[in-house]
Amino acid sequence: MSVNIHIPTPLRRFTSEQGEVEVEGATVGEALKDLTQQFPALQPHLYTEAGALRSFVNVFLNDEDVRYLQKEGTKIASGDTLSIIPSIAGGAVSLLETERELDDLPDLSPAEIRHYSRHLILPEIGTVGQRKLKAAKVLMIGTGGLGSPLGLYLAAAGIGTLGLVDFDVVDESNLHRQVLFGRTSVGKPKVMAAADRLRDVNPHIKIIPHETRLDSSNALELFKDYDLIVDGTDNFPTRYLVNDACVLLGKPNVYGSIFRFEGQVSVFWGAKGPCYRCLFPEPPPPGLVPSCAEGGVLGVLPGIIGSLQANEVIKLVAGAGEPLIGRLVMFDALKLRFRELNLRKNPDCPICSDHPTQHELIDYEQFCGIHPEEERVEQAFEISAPELKSWLEEGRPVTVLDVRNPPEWEISRIEGAMLIPLSELQDRLGELDPADTIVAHCHHGMRSARAVNLLRQMGFARAINLAGGIDAWSQMVDPTIPRY
Amino acid sequence: MSRLSILPDHLRTIHQHAEASYPEECCGFLIGRASGETTAVERVLPAGNQREDSRHNRYLIHPETVLAAHKEARGLGLDVIGYYHSHPDHPSRPSDFDREHAWPGLSYLIVSVQGGRVADERSWRLTDERDRFDEERIDQRLEKEAV
Repeated sequence: MSVNIHIPTPLRRFTSEQGEVEVEGATVGEALKDLTQQFPALQPHLYTEAGALRSFVNVFLNDEDVRYLQKEGTKIASGDTLSIIPSIAGGAVSLLETERELDDLPDLSPAEIRHYSRHLILPEIGTVGQRKLKAAKVLMIGTGGLGSPLGLYLAAAGIGTLGLVDFDVVDESNLHRQVLFGRTSVGKPKVMAAADRLRDVNPHIKIIPHETRLDSSNALELFKDYDLIVDGTDNFPTRYLVNDACVLLGKPNVYGSIFRFEGQVSVFWGAKGPCYRCLFPEPPPPGLVPSCAEGGVLGVLPGIIGSLQANEVIKLVAGAGEPLIGRLVMFDALKLRFRELNLRKNPDCPICSDHPTQHELIDYEQFCGIHPEEERVEQAFEISAPELKSWLEEGRPVTVLDVRNPPEWEISRIEGAMLIPLSELQDRLGELDPADTIVAHCHHGMRSARAVNLLRQMGFARAINLAGGIDAWSQMVDPTIPRY
Repeated sequence: MSRLSILPDHLRTIHQHAEASYPEECCGFLIGRASGETTAVERVLPAGNQREDSRHNRYLIHPETVLAAHKEARGLGLDVIGYYHSHPDHPSRPSDFDREHAWPGLSYLIVSVQGGRVADERSWRLTDERDRFDEERIDQRLEKEAV
């Protein structure tokens, strides 16, 4: 079968200036193969090194795009005409390569080439992408649940400079999800334990621990030396702080958050798309969304969400694929379902719009309505665990009210206590007697403080709070009660 | 060194397109004549960015639109001799993505738009070996000057 192929002008230099070439073949693929055999110099412009037709090269059979026929397997008949038409694609893809010339990228040592060989053979990363990873400076906020997979994968992948920010120490209750740490890390500062572990994962990179609590006074100074910030925080004030500092400095913020069985991931970058504030202009009222410590979290969930964040970091740095800018991915672990929302930039966003009303960092505790004093009760309305013990031993008539959630009740309880979760308290006041002395308790004393304030407002004048919650009870009174 | 000869009016059209599209990328066709090392732009044809996603750092013109531009060029006795596109908040240097998606023999004019304003433009040609883009000179010619 002989057909004519129409050659576009820029490629005619490879076909001895012929605009039309006669080729043999029964299918489009065979015809193109014959063409590149006649003119081998055309091959690299039509096909990738792996032998696939380049994605921007389109082949039309007469007037039909063969993509909508049988692609390269499309049968051809004598007299047909094939046209090669480029779709035009391009872009400033290496997002972080702002002022970095290729020649300025650091070289890879033979040891690094061995370490990264499985990356180097991926065309989307390759040597250039790996050198970009080496040149990149990434700051991780938090080295906990999300920070664990993030740290492990970013270090392993060869992010050249990895900063870690955390002020916490490793606790036993961290180990079910914070896989950076093991038993020997308990009690150590997280950034130090994390740095030790990550240096073992990859000795070729620089780890910078910042053992500090991130706040409005240090965020800009900390962020300014990094190309990209990864948000692995567990609370709203820090999340808004990270967002705002990134917008003010024009840096991308790879966001992830987890709650019980659900997670979210996005890339917020005010200069390129929406920011966190475009999505959530206002924080939820304090107490509505419990923290992991109050609400619990599935241990593997941060592993999934943190890994997705690491994936986005590596893509942004290497300039591979489609970054998650303007899209929010939501994951439900129980249903095993991903959902995706398109996000738009809020034209009136107070921080990332054309006419911002906020030009500096603010007090984020106040912005999120968190006033520590509100969550406490007056000292006169508080009782210590040993005091409660002696009251009970004296046989004083006391109602011990547990305001935790049922799963916590299953773990441990104070003998004789009654359970009314804080969220149900308002509706179940009828079960309590306003004349009784009511000692409310929770895990650490915060939720029960809210309960006591509520009860006193509702006329339960003898409601008091167990300071330190059941945790204090376990430590000071009854060590047989498991701590969690 | 090859040379791209272009009218100030053409550059103005391209700049306007780039600034109006910011922070997304814009793209369009350069239509004209090529002779030896010089390509002369006779007409600029803005195209809509037909990508649905990542429009801030990617552009795409569908083959049907390219076909139409080629027809328009042929109708004028000219050729599509290159493309222009913008890099919002990035230098006017081709990216690796650009290199993977280009052909030699065409001029790729890239306009850098910084914070909504055009900062500069540079024109590039892919080498036959596809290993790099070589910069070409941009000459602004006066209306009546012969090419």
